[in-house]
Amino acid sequence: MTSAVSIRDMSVIYDEFAALDHVSLEVTQGESFGIVGESGSGKSTLLRAIAGLASFSQGQLTVDGRSYSGSRRDQEFYRTVQMVFQDPYGSLHPRQTVDRLLLEPLVIHGFTDIETRIHRALDEVGLGAGFRFRYSHQLSGGQRQRIAIARALILEPKILLLDEPTSALDASIQAEILNLLEQARRDRNLTFVMVSHDLGVISHMCERLAVMKSGKVVETVARDALESRSFSADYTRQLLMASEGFRRD
Amino acid sequence: MSTLTDQPLLAVDDLRVTFPTRTGEVEAVRGVSFTLGKERLGIVGESGSGKSQTGRAIMGLTPSQARITAKTLAFRGRNLLEMPASERRHLRGKQVAMILQDPKYSLNPVMTIGRQIIETLKTHEKVSNAEAKARTLAMLEAVQIRDPERVFSLYPHEVSGGMGQRVMIAMMLICGPELLIADEPTSALDVTVQLEVLAILDKLVAERGMGLIFISHDLRLVSSFCNRVLVMYAGRVVEELATADLSQAKHPYTRGLLNCLPTIGSDRHPLPVLDRKPEWAL
Repeated sequence: MTSAVSIRDMSVIYDEFAALDHVSLEVTQGESFGIVGESGSGKSTLLRAIAGLASFSQGQLTVDGRSYSGSRRDQEFYRTVQMVFQDPYGSLHPRQTVDRLLLEPLVIHGFTDIETRIHRALDEVGLGAGFRFRYSHQLSGGQRQRIAIARALILEPKILLLDEPTSALDASIQAEILNLLEQARRDRNLTFVMVSHDLGVISHMCERLAVMKSGKVVETVARDALESRSFSADYTRQLLMASEGFRRD
Repeated sequence: MSTLTDQPLLAVDDLRVTFPTRTGEVEAVRGVSFTLGKERLGIVGESGSGKSQTGRAIMGLTPSQARITAKTLAFRGRNLLEMPASERRHLRGKQVAMILQDPKYSLNPVMTIGRQIIETLKTHEKVSNAEAKARTLAMLEAVQIRDPERVFSLYPHEVSGGMGQRVMIAMMLICGPELLIADEPTSALDVTVQLEVLAILDKLVAERGMGLIFISHDLRLVSSFCNRVLVMYAGRVVEELATADLSQAKHPYTRGLLNCLPTIGSDRHPLPVLDRKPEWAL
């Protein structure tokens, strides 16, 4: 198996504080890899360090066979890797229409068949051409997240970084977005790196997952290990119990 | 038994909340009815289902441009709709209290935690400074804050989300309310912290014998916490269930909400999604 994302010994340090503390991960091509943990565990920082939104001071990052360092990424990187953010209310420009939002990445990367691509992207996320000239405030949370996914997919990336893509949505809308993401992954043979605090979501979407706590990877387990509870770290057990809901003792 | 205890804590019959908008009136709550004793009632629904507006109408926090009508909206037999504002203010915080979703926004950022809690207490009760402080510290201890003295003098931005929500609970319970409305009290918190906060809430509600209305979008969470659940859709209650009978839910919306959550160990691809029928909203 070739590796899509390879992280070795990565550290992200803000002043004195190590947000990421010597993290190593290996995500193979076509795999869906999950990262769980509580807030402050460094799971989002890890994604942001891959995407070049946070600069890492130490370690190696290899994405699709190319090495990167710090926070510098070239255009080729963004053709390969795209990201979907948590809050659909914050990740779309409020004064741009959907058309403009989808146009921008196409222009930056010099695509010419713009018309067909925008149509196809909207169709793919189940919104249709009627949404093309709307502003984001005219859309619901679920529809906004669909636009964010369309914007990520329009460049035909190989790797999608998903930072809590459904945690701002209702449970019923969450199911729709998860189905959409799975469909896109099947159709395009994408690699997912998905961050969530919800073990249920991660175990539904991902074959393998890393459990993070205070900037470190506590352990990496396969999905089946969660079901059969064959993991070793105490913290994983805590998370698992938390995901099963409230119980009176 | 006296008549006072015979009366339900809260009686709501045909509650409607209407907002005027540029394109006509929007009815956010359309005829919700229920009664509540000393029990835990869950109200579940998606965003826009009217669950929060129901809670706010009971609390008297509906925006002033909205219109509230009801055949009955009574707390301990006292009509809330015809009550003068001053009396309502007296009730609010003292007998009916509300916990909001996010402590980041619901605590006063420029007041220390101790001062905010004392403010609540002194608004409703005549107590000396020393007693107010002692009761505040005791309350902070009751919500399992380890070092109450220290937290007392901290500002809200200096504490974590879970701690903030405990402070919120402490502030709401210090006057010993009879009815507590919790509007998504844990959705802004981490999963692991959620359970701690719920356990504290659970214990205090049980010990102090309060009525609780727990508003959430998470049907499973609510069902593990409450005795009874109202499921709301488009401003109406579509189903009322004892939580023990949740598996026998009849309404397709309730069943859809139960089914659409991904769980560990169930391999369902794709996940079932809600097929919203227009007749549900009728």
